[in-house]
Parts: sequence; structure tokens; C-alpha cells
Amino acid sequence: MTPSPTDVIRRAAELREALGGTFRDEAVRALYAEAGEVARRAVRTQGARLDLDQRIDRIVTSPVFGLPLMALLLAVVFWITVAGANVPSNLLARALFAIEGAAVQLFDQLGAPWWLTGFLWNGVYRGLAWVVSVMLPPMAIFFPLFTMLEDLGYLPRVAFNLDFLFRRAGAHGKQALTMAMGFGCNAAGVIATRVIDSPRERLIAILTNNFVPCNGRYPTLIMLATIFVGASFPAAFASVAAAGAVVAIVCVGVAMTLAVSWALSRTLLRGEASAFTLELPPYRRPSVLRILYTSLIDRTLFVLWRAVMTAAPAGAVIWLLANIHVGGASLAQYAAGGLDPLGRAIGLDGAVLLAYVIAIPANEIVVPTLMMIYTGAGMMTDVTSLDDLQRLLVDQNGWTLLTAVNLMLFSLLHNPCATTILTIYRETMSVRWTAIGALLPLAIGFAVTFVVATVWRLFI
Amino acid sequence: MSAHHCDSCAIHAELERMGVDLSRFDRVVALAGNPNTGKSTLFNALTGLKQHTGNWPGKTVARAEGGFEFNGVRYKLVDLPGTYSLLSASQDEQIARDFLLFGRPDATIVVADATALERNLNLILQVLEITDRVVVAVNLLDEARRKGIEIDLRTLARDLGVPVAGIVARTGEGLHALLTQLDGIASGAIATRPRRTKVSGDLQRAVDELVPLVEAVCPGIPNARWIAIRLLDGDAEVEAALASGRLAQIAARQQQAPETFSRKIALEGAQ
Repeated sequence: MTPSPTDVIRRAAELREALGGTFRDEAVRALYAEAGEVARRAVRTQGARLDLDQRIDRIVTSPVFGLPLMALLLAVVFWITVAGANVPSNLLARALFAIEGAAVQLFDQLGAPWWLTGFLWNGVYRGLAWVVSVMLPPMAIFFPLFTMLEDLGYLPRVAFNLDFLFRRAGAHGKQALTMAMGFGCNAAGVIATRVIDSPRERLIAILTNNFVPCNGRYPTLIMLATIFVGASFPAAFASVAAAGAVVAIVCVGVAMTLAVSWALSRTLLRGEASAFTLELPPYRRPSVLRILYTSLIDRTLFVLWRAVMTAAPAGAVIWLLANIHVGGASLAQYAAGGLDPLGRAIGLDGAVLLAYVIAIPANEIVVPTLMMIYTGAGMMTDVTSLDDLQRLLVDQNGWTLLTAVNLMLFSLLHNPCATTILTIYRETMSVRWTAIGALLPLAIGFAVTFVVATVWRLFI
Repeated sequence: MSAHHCDSCAIHAELERMGVDLSRFDRVVALAGNPNTGKSTLFNALTGLKQHTGNWPGKTVARAEGGFEFNGVRYKLVDLPGTYSLLSASQDEQIARDFLLFGRPDATIVVADATALERNLNLILQVLEITDRVVVAVNLLDEARRKGIEIDLRTLARDLGVPVAGIVARTGEGLHALLTQLDGIASGAIATRPRRTKVSGDLQRAVDELVPLVEAVCPGIPNARWIAIRLLDGDAEVEAALASGRLAQIAARQQQAPETFSRKIALEGAQ
């Protein structure tokens, strides 16, 4: 007589009972013994092992030098990015905006209606031109550098260095790894949390991933740091100061990740941190061609393409908002005006908040959207360099250092982009956690910028 | 799985097989291994010339898929997440195990790090419990050489009972030999005798008792021993697969028309 599946499972349970608790250990022990035996027969180690890796690790993961070295490395990467991206950015902007000017002229000569010219060239095209000139150069420098560190084997060391902090926050040490992935893309970071076994700790990692700035947000941070923070220092130190400001923002993000993880593991997601093993892989010489390929094709063009795809419709929307007039004012002015009191309270303005609403599909286009809201109202038509940009923001829209600092903070602390929100839903399959993941950072962003603005106005 | 229940009826599968998508690949190969052994490097080295790779920033947590052709045979290569074992239930291990168990690839390449072979063997031995169509690719031979580590590939192959190829995925060294062995395994030309971990005493007796029962419930199942051990361990997923008849179904398909069915399931995955 054939047994039924239930019979087999029941019999297995009885046998398990009879075997007692040591059975699993026995199976694992047998496996390890077997692996050891096979390895002994097949592996021969000759001569002295080169322990260069261990010597490097003693410094890189040391309790004293580990964290400062990490901050320094990050600063160097940002400094190279800021210093290197400036000139190509300006060149690109000049070339692309020259095309816009020529095209507008051509359309006028051909007798195209003003709304067509405006919609296509001052709306859609300008959005694209901004995205390309502001984002492409920093990304083309930053991503290869970051990929190089990843290829070298540095990321697991980062996780190692940060592990004790995460453990103290009640979170999983591997969260440092998923956080590092978030520097690339928060949606990818959220997917990467699958390496964390415990559902509680995985949820913490998912909910806090958005606190590190992703690719899409670096251009905003780098640009603001360059034209506000950098510009208030002597030219020789400008790029160093700008890089320092970006690093400071990243550190705020990491601190916020830890603080929120700590708070979550004591309230909504109570529990102890679980133990895990982390393998420090050997350092490997990065292969330059492969890095250039993956970072330029897979990341830079991927992000740029996403930005372009969202910037074009966003440009069109803004142009429409700025050019549909109701009762003497444009829709954009109404919207920005309505949001203005809230924006002012947190040291920004209504246009910035409107830009963030329009840019929910992709963070990449916040600054271009903002430019379009400012310039679309007819205050200034040509912004061809970072100097022009500074004039536009400071002279015509009343920006101060506070605006820049708070915008950098808000860029770090606000709701995730639509893709990330969708990914959080797919990974958690819960509307509740998705809502928390989307609204928690936003609430924190408002709170932090409000406090900074209030304190700033009191003392400065 | 319920969405794919129709691949159990032969006619449907035959019709599917004529479709454009399925005819583009002749065989399905899984790529397994510990994290950071160069699986994705090998994946790119093999597929880079031809097909898309869905492999986003570096670390593979989901499955990435790509294609390549060797000796006139078109392979679909599935890059599984890197894992240290197939025992515990983290999601990446689950994905890897599910694919090996239910996806039934025509062959599996287990990538191992030559500089840490012993630790990698833990996973290799576990994979050998699940499937016998395995080629072991000992990667990072260059790094091992620099560190003065020498791997006796022949002894390793004899001990494991499956083909072993030494490679340097980054430079392409040894890939031809690997693919030749892969060809032999996937087509069934090379017969393997995979090493099975020895257990002792009461555990062995319990396994001996369960194996015939598992084989009776799932005729033709190739990894009854592994299933028995998982059942003893109280593995909820394996219990569910046995209770629902899913395991029996897969074993039966494997026997009737191994090529058609295994490819169909492997192509669509077992989600």
C-alpha cells in the first residue's frame, strides 16, 4: 500500500521526536566534516601566505581609524565629483540652451503659434536640457568612483565599521549594506533588504533606506553645495567646502537612519538585534573597463533616461501651469502661492514645495522643475551657467544660505520617489507599512527643516 | 504555482514549446554559489556578448537571466542569489533553493572561490544533495595562485563525483573547458555520481526509513534523501510541497518527458 503524504510527514515528525534536539547539529557537523575532508585532499597551500589584505583591514576596519577613514574617502569622492563636474556642466548647459534659442527663433520665423513654441521648447525641451546638463557630468564622475570602491571590496568593510552602531540601534548589521546600496538607488536598497532574515529587522531596514540620498538626489545636493556653500568660501577652498557640505548631509542621513531605527525598534518594531556572520571578501583590483561600462551604461544612462522620461512631461505640466491664466495669475502662481506659507515656515518657499509635488515620480527633476517654475513665470529666460543660476535664486527669488541648507536637508528627508514607494509595497505587501515608509520621512523632513529655520531666524 | 498548473497537461506544454519564446533556448542552466565568488562576473562573461542582463547594482538578490550559445546549443542562464547554505529561510536562500528544487534546470554551475574552498564546499555538497546535474567552477584561480594556494582539480572532481573546471571568470581563463563540461552534463552525455554527505547512527536509520516512503509518494524523485532529511528537520516548505502533491508532480514530469517539462517550468520560474 502506498503511504499518503500526510503519513510520511507524520512519520518524519515521530522520528524527529525520537532523534531529540541534537539532530540538526549532527547534520550540520556531518556537512562540515565532509567539506573539511574534501578540502584537505584537494587544497595545497605552499609557502607563506600573502597577508596584505589582513594588514590593510587592520587599518580600514580599526575602531580608531575606520570611521574617519570612511568619511575621508567619501569626502574625496565628492570633492572629485564637484571639482570635475563644474566645467562640463557649464559647457553642456551653454550648448543645449543655445539650441533652444535657435529653435525658438526658427519656429517664430516659420510662423508657428506661440503656444506651440512655448510648450515644446520652453517647456518640454528646457526640462530635458536642465536634466542633462545638471545631472550628466556629476553622475559620469561619481558613479565610476563609487563602483570602484564597491569592486575593490570596500562596502563590506563599511558594514563592518557601522555594525556596532546598528546593533545598538536594535537593527541588523547587514542594514549597513542595504544602506550602502541605497546610495545607488533607494528602490534597489529596499530590494537588497532581502539579505536580512528577521522580518522585524528587515522592515526597519526598508523603512529607513530612504534616509540616505540616492543617485537622483546627489545632483541637487552637489549643485546647492557648489553655488551656496562653496561660493561663500574663497575660490581655492570652494570645492573642498562644497564636498564637505555634501558629506555632512550624508552623515546627517546616516545619523537619521540610526535614530529612526532606534526609535522603531523600541516602539512599532520592538525586539533584539539578531546575530549574523559577515564575510570580508579579499580586496580585488577593480577592472577599469568593466567599471566604466557598468557605471556609465547601467547606472548613469539608466538614471538619466529615467530623469529624461519624467522631466519631459513635468516640463510640459509646468509650462501649462505657468501659462494658463485665471483671473490675472497663472495656475503655477496660485499653487506656489497657496503652498508659500507652509514653505516659508520651513525656510523654503511655495515654489520649492510645488516642485517636490511635481517631482514625486522621480527626485532627479526637483531642481529643473524648480527652475522652470521660477523662470516659467517670465522673470528670467536664460540660465546658461551656475552663476546665472545663483543670480536667479538669490537676486530674483530671495534665496539665502538658510534656503540652501534647508533644501539640502529637505532633499535628504522627504517622501521616497514613486518607484521606491511601489517597491516598498511589493516587498512588504502591506499598505500600512508602505504608508509609514512614505510619510515618516516626510514628517521628519518638515520637523527638521522647521526647527532649523526657526533657530536660524532667532540667532542669525 | 497554481497559475502554471496547466503545464502538467502534455498537449498544452507541447503547444507552448512551439512558441517563439521557448524555442529560443534549448537548455536552462542555473548559476549558484556563495556570495562574492564571481557568479555575476561569470554570468556577464558568458552572456555579455549576446543577451540582456537584468543584474542591477552588483549584488544579486533576485534572479537575473541571460542567454548564450555554445556549440550550436542555446542556453538560458539563471544567476541565483549568492548563499552560504540552502537550509535556513532567508529570502535569498529561498529563491536559490526553490529554483534548484522546483525549477529543475538542465544543469547547475556551482561557482566556488578557490581561496576559500572549504567554506564553499558546504554549499556545493548541499547542491549535490538536490541535483546530480552539476558542474563545479572553481573561480579566482589567479588570486589563489598569488596566495600560494593550489587546487587539485582532478582529486576534487573524483571526490565530488561531478566535473570540476578551474576558471578565472574575469579574464575568461578556463571558460571553454567549463562550457564543454556543461554541455556534457546538460545533454546527459556525462554521467555523474554526486557525493552524498555521510551521516551516522540514529539519523542514518531515520533517513533510511523515510527514503522509501518519500519515493513511494513521489515515484522517480531524484533527491529523496535530501527531502527525507528536510522532512526530519521539519522544513515547512518541503512539507507543504509534499502534501500538495507538487513534489510528486515534478518527479512525475521529470520521468515522462524530462526535456519539455523541465524547460517549461525553468523558463517561467517557480514563483
